[in-house]
Amino acid sequence: MKILIRNGRVVDPASGRDEAADVAVAAGRIVAIGNVPADFTPERTIEADGCVVAPGLVDLAARLKEPGPGALESELAAAAAGGVTSLVCPPDMDPPLDEPGLVDMLKFRARKLSRCRLFPLGALTQGLKGAEITEMIDLTEAGCVGFSQAESPMRDNLTLSRAMQYASTRGYTVWLRPQDASLSGGVAASGAVATRLGLSGVPVASETIALHTVIELVRQTSARVHFCRLSSAAGVDIVRRAKAEGLPVTADVSINSLHLTDIDIGYFNADMRLTPPLRQGKDRDALRAGLADGTIDALVSDHTPIGHDDKMLPFGEAVPGATGLELLLSLALKWGNESKLTLAQALARVTSEPVRVLGEALGSLGQSAGRLVEGGVADVCVFDPHAEWQVTPEVLHSRGKHTPFDAASSGTRMPGRVRHTLVAGTLAYSAAAQANVA
Amino acid sequence: MLARRNPQLNAHGELIHLLSIEGLPRAILTQILDTAGTFLSVNDRDVKKVPLLRGKSVFNLFFENSTRTRTTFEIAAKRLSADVINLDIAKSSASKGESLLDTIANLSAMHADMFVVRHSESGAPYLIARHCAPHVHVVNAGDGRHAHPTQGLLDMYTIRHYKKSFNELTVAIVGDIVHSRVARSDIHALTTLGVPEIRAVGPKTLVPGDLREMGVRVCHDMREGVKDADVIIMLRLQNERMSGAMLPSAGEYFKSYGLTEDLLALAEPDAIVMHPGPINRGVEIDSRVADGSHSVILPQVTFGIAVRMAVMSILAGNDA
Repeated sequence: MKILIRNGRVVDPASGRDEAADVAVAAGRIVAIGNVPADFTPERTIEADGCVVAPGLVDLAARLKEPGPGALESELAAAAAGGVTSLVCPPDMDPPLDEPGLVDMLKFRARKLSRCRLFPLGALTQGLKGAEITEMIDLTEAGCVGFSQAESPMRDNLTLSRAMQYASTRGYTVWLRPQDASLSGGVAASGAVATRLGLSGVPVASETIALHTVIELVRQTSARVHFCRLSSAAGVDIVRRAKAEGLPVTADVSINSLHLTDIDIGYFNADMRLTPPLRQGKDRDALRAGLADGTIDALVSDHTPIGHDDKMLPFGEAVPGATGLELLLSLALKWGNESKLTLAQALARVTSEPVRVLGEALGSLGQSAGRLVEGGVADVCVFDPHAEWQVTPEVLHSRGKHTPFDAASSGTRMPGRVRHTLVAGTLAYSAAAQANVA
Repeated sequence: MLARRNPQLNAHGELIHLLSIEGLPRAILTQILDTAGTFLSVNDRDVKKVPLLRGKSVFNLFFENSTRTRTTFEIAAKRLSADVINLDIAKSSASKGESLLDTIANLSAMHADMFVVRHSESGAPYLIARHCAPHVHVVNAGDGRHAHPTQGLLDMYTIRHYKKSFNELTVAIVGDIVHSRVARSDIHALTTLGVPEIRAVGPKTLVPGDLREMGVRVCHDMREGVKDADVIIMLRLQNERMSGAMLPSAGEYFKSYGLTEDLLALAEPDAIVMHPGPINRGVEIDSRVADGSHSVILPQVTFGIAVRMAVMSILAGNDA
């Protein structure tokens, strides 16, 4: 289908382009940005007056709660509604993504829905048990973009070292959430709030010990490692030094850790029960600074749909996680505004930078995903940067309705609202109330 | 984030649930202690009953077993003429897979007026208070490591009874503070009532440094901890902590932190020794101290009934 996106403000973080221009899309690709040929005859015109035309968002951490009837449908619809056109899902499904057949099936079903591109991470070890490595070559051929242990621990450092060696043979990236298993049993971050509320704590050392261990193994194996969801100031420092040393490491942070602290737990609000746990103000500040200066490469939704019953429990028994796909854009903009960054700088953390993290795993798509380039794929997010909204269960497409940013408990005003999302040149989402789709 | 209203108070600032001492104004604590004083005499009468809760149903919901605490609440409610229903949920619905909130909804439908809740998870009474019918009052009878507000209040009653004023006291709390809901409630109450020096005494595994942020002085040496103290609150060392990674043995703990007559001699001559019970003789406290002239452990139990009567009667008089 030929689509013309007219009169928008085109912001492409990778090139620094930020100007008013029309964007022409045909056969799944962007054919022109500005200077649209006079003979271009769109079948559909999107009026983007007052809107930003940006690359579709790339989310490096979103869980889909597969399997489950309709789960993939609802969560990919949530992605499209959030302007997310590519997402990476961790392998901790049931069963874990440790066989090529499972990956084939998942990719096939996602493609049929054509709402969002889905890039699974393969399990690093069979059954995520941390003992025997998976068939990484076959899994990569099936479509995995890296290998992850999700939340499960490795049996020991020898196994971790071997897994990293094997992955690095082929240049695969190992995705690890830095946590020491024996120190991670708590339900809140260690500190004054956990002490006061009588909640068991997860010390910062859980993150720093794991980071030090993995970084030492990166030195030994030269494996490329992506650290998932940093939570502490000390963790940011360690990653900053590893990067300065020239080690092949990257990192991300969740929207929750970027905006909240353990004080937000308030009177045991189970929506604040998250993994990694919310830490203190100085940690949040360091995460925000780290994301701004590039120590942290990407901002992720850490989308985890949790059923209502699993949150209506005492804090420590509630299942950790929060819905996030539909909040990612707004919380990136909010951070950008508060940090006095340009729109392009803020958007880079959810578009071009995560694509850089994925690197060669994206194949030829890596040339244009997360960017707006003529001849590149037409994955586009059109949003109104001046619109404000509030998160309520009713407005979310995801089956996960619980989030710390719920208007009823937080009152947070979310800047920026997605109007249209294009994936491979087809309209994956259009805001219902929008009348200006010709 | 929005500053949400303290869920224990109604729009007029009156107590509608007792979930934690933290965040309660001094006036409410004083009101409870004063009211408890009026109930002490009831306990000495031949007919130990007043009709304040006549026709009301008090449900004791013990998701974690505690015969002693449950009994004191039961006695308090009965002396207020309430109907008391004891539910040992640890053994019934929870084991059948019923969720906490389903249990609460069912009991609310039986026209409960008050829930007295003991639960192993910190914060569970907050969840119940948020989701029960508006006319139901919730009393926290101990949640995880978080709070045991009626114990904290009865400790304050005891201190006030013997020391008259809080303003010049040194109070030492000794033992497993990190896992103790009693210690947390005592610390909040003592702070609110204006005690100038609160010491938390024990090894670093049981008394971590971040307790300082609760306004206490952390002491790892027992002699330093009890020196010149007016009040010494000894905490029970749970059996499961007596050996393992927290402590090597009950014997070594007693040698370092057990309260003996020699140590007690370092405190003020009129110091009182308290303990929430049940005591481990020879583990946290020497028998001669537990049974000695400074010990007020048994009066604490008596005051506990009056304090729980006070809490229930005040709650019953306030509407959400």
